[in-house]
Amino acid sequence: MDDDRPVDSVPTQTLEAFADTIIPGAQRFPGDRAISGVTAEDGAVAAGALAVLADPALGLADALNGMAGLLNMHAGDYARKHDVRLDPTVPAFVALSFDERTALVQDLTDPGHPEREVWFGAALFCTMAFDSAPHLSTTDALAQGHPGLSLIGFAAPEPDGLWRFPRFSYERALADPHPDTTSTGSPA
Amino acid sequence: MTATQKFDVVVVGSGFGGAITAYHLAAGGASVLVLERGPWLTADDFDHDFKLGSSYTRIFDFTVGDGMSVLAGNCVGGGSVVYFATMPRAPGFVFERHGSIGRRMWPAAIDRTAMDPWYDRVSEALPVTAQDWRDVPYAGGLFAAACAHAGRTANPVPSAIDKPKCTNCNWMMAGCKFDAKRSLLLNYLPAAVANGAEIRPLHEVQRLSRTGDGGYRVHYNLVDDTDYRLSSPGGTIEAKLVVLAAGAGATPVILQRSEAELGPMPHAVGRYFSGNGERLNTAVINDERAREVLGLDRGDGLAYRAHQLGKGPCVASWDKLDPALPEYSRFSLEQLYFPPGLGTILAQAPGASGPTWFGREKKDMLREWQSWLTVFAMTEDDNEGVFGPPPATGNAERIAQQMLGRGALSYQPTENTRRGWALSDADVKEILERDGIARVAPWSNDLVGAYTVHPLSSCRIGDDPQTSALDDRHELRGHPGIFVTDGSAVPGALTVNPALTIAALAERAVPGLVRAAQQRGVKVTYGAPSPSAAPTVAVASRG
Repeated sequence: MDDDRPVDSVPTQTLEAFADTIIPGAQRFPGDRAISGVTAEDGAVAAGALAVLADPALGLADALNGMAGLLNMHAGDYARKHDVRLDPTVPAFVALSFDERTALVQDLTDPGHPEREVWFGAALFCTMAFDSAPHLSTTDALAQGHPGLSLIGFAAPEPDGLWRFPRFSYERALADPHPDTTSTGSPA
Repeated sequence: MTATQKFDVVVVGSGFGGAITAYHLAAGGASVLVLERGPWLTADDFDHDFKLGSSYTRIFDFTVGDGMSVLAGNCVGGGSVVYFATMPRAPGFVFERHGSIGRRMWPAAIDRTAMDPWYDRVSEALPVTAQDWRDVPYAGGLFAAACAHAGRTANPVPSAIDKPKCTNCNWMMAGCKFDAKRSLLLNYLPAAVANGAEIRPLHEVQRLSRTGDGGYRVHYNLVDDTDYRLSSPGGTIEAKLVVLAAGAGATPVILQRSEAELGPMPHAVGRYFSGNGERLNTAVINDERAREVLGLDRGDGLAYRAHQLGKGPCVASWDKLDPALPEYSRFSLEQLYFPPGLGTILAQAPGASGPTWFGREKKDMLREWQSWLTVFAMTEDDNEGVFGPPPATGNAERIAQQMLGRGALSYQPTENTRRGWALSDADVKEILERDGIARVAPWSNDLVGAYTVHPLSSCRIGDDPQTSALDDRHELRGHPGIFVTDGSAVPGALTVNPALTIAALAERAVPGLVRAAQQRGVKVTYGAPSPSAAPTVAVASRG
């Protein structure tokens, strides 16, 4: 662990680990525990997942500490059930490997799980942080090289901040229309 | 305390069902008030922005239910402001459907021939125009080419888009910045206002009660302009006639909440909800194969990689809209765009060995986002949706300040519905995986259940009082003077985009509404010209 770096709170580390399970990213520093580092480019955490989860406009801000606690409780249960030895120096969910975190999130979002809506909601906000950056203006996010919008290849707007695509069509007939099409262009 | 305000007619909701009836009643001489729960935005207010609090989250609602999530408009103009303006007429066989009741669902008075004049009327007013191939963006062209390669047909679909103004920005769900999309803000609503109708945004109707003289009292709350979780007591308005057009996700909830004071509701209020049989698949296109197999070339070195640009669904395949096929096996397929965020979470990574909707393989799929092609199936479902007890206010317990809420709709798909989805999934795969053009997977139904952008039928018309809430003039059975003219009145899934049918039914309901108003002493006549004859000036934003 980088000794100069302040230790994040348990909820922060836990929620970062959750976000990294949804859209994984590169580790930020040697010994990064919250981010597993299973992919080379930035993921949900770098994209701002925690800012989105904590945004008061979305309805989870007041519940985040409780959710982190619940997630660590589920991680403890998972470890006991699967005979996983947890490192006691980090929160239980953070102590799980990427694949174990993934398996646990699959359990928690299974159609039969009573907390499915909570964990799907959190996963939704992490995904949105990555591919639409709803905590930032989209134009600013693109200008800043937001990792999710960059990875999906979201095209930039024109200088006035609006999107226009003057070239958009193959401009030729590519199929025969249905033989029963009426004069209005609708099905019969 | 102010005196109770009185109008001849109160219209609840300002989408197709509300705007069209409000225009005709106002133009005919009635005093008309439109109450709309959402804000009133116009082109200047619409943003190209995913930021929370932009128009994208202000005018659009995602209501999670048990087995069905509903996406709908929440603003003056309703669905017309957030929709993709794809406007086909429903095929003739739809009106002959039996659905879950084993006999014809639609009123005897309505078939496609009877509907065509009303379709014509709306098509003139918006207007709706045919598209040709030069109007079709790359995504639609690619889908058409794949259909042709599979021996299928594909059509450019009629739409309500002013093509010279359209920039193919694909921000339609945030409202059209360029007024290219012919929403109700450009025709029926300004024409209604020009004829004296009043529109009050952020007024959420909760329930109805009776006045002593055979009219109705409409009870509303005032909704906060920014945080829709906050509402304050509003007041009441008295009306001789009420038109409910709050949308299929809200109209039945208002009636359920009114039952204590109005007396028993017809059995079909809040039942027979249809999600229009909707189903989505996402294909990841192999650009090289698109070039080799389909011969596509954008002229800039790419064959496709154009998911982001366009104007919603522009091409449909209607081969399975065959009246000779058995019910529940007929569907249309349309190329579609859904923006990131809500439009990516449910897409599943084709062939993933681990989780399909999150994780490593989903990130790999996101890397190819510009190569995505989303295909929308509209099948025949079984009207299996039922609304549970209403929430404290509105039609949902709001989770986020805008856009996200939890509603009382329950939808457990029957075997018939599942079969339609499976057949359409297989058809999409058959078309797009042929010769390695793409890898395809359906959206997950395991997370928020099924989903629909076209909620229908929760308070439907019909001839049978047991299975329809409204008679064929759209009047609520047992409650004279209450009419329902929104998507909830449509009897069942239409196998195509329903906006034109909802609008045409509203036009068809107007003569009956006028007669009912006349019988209640309102001085009103029928016969106003199409609003297209009036200047199409955008309504000034207010409230």
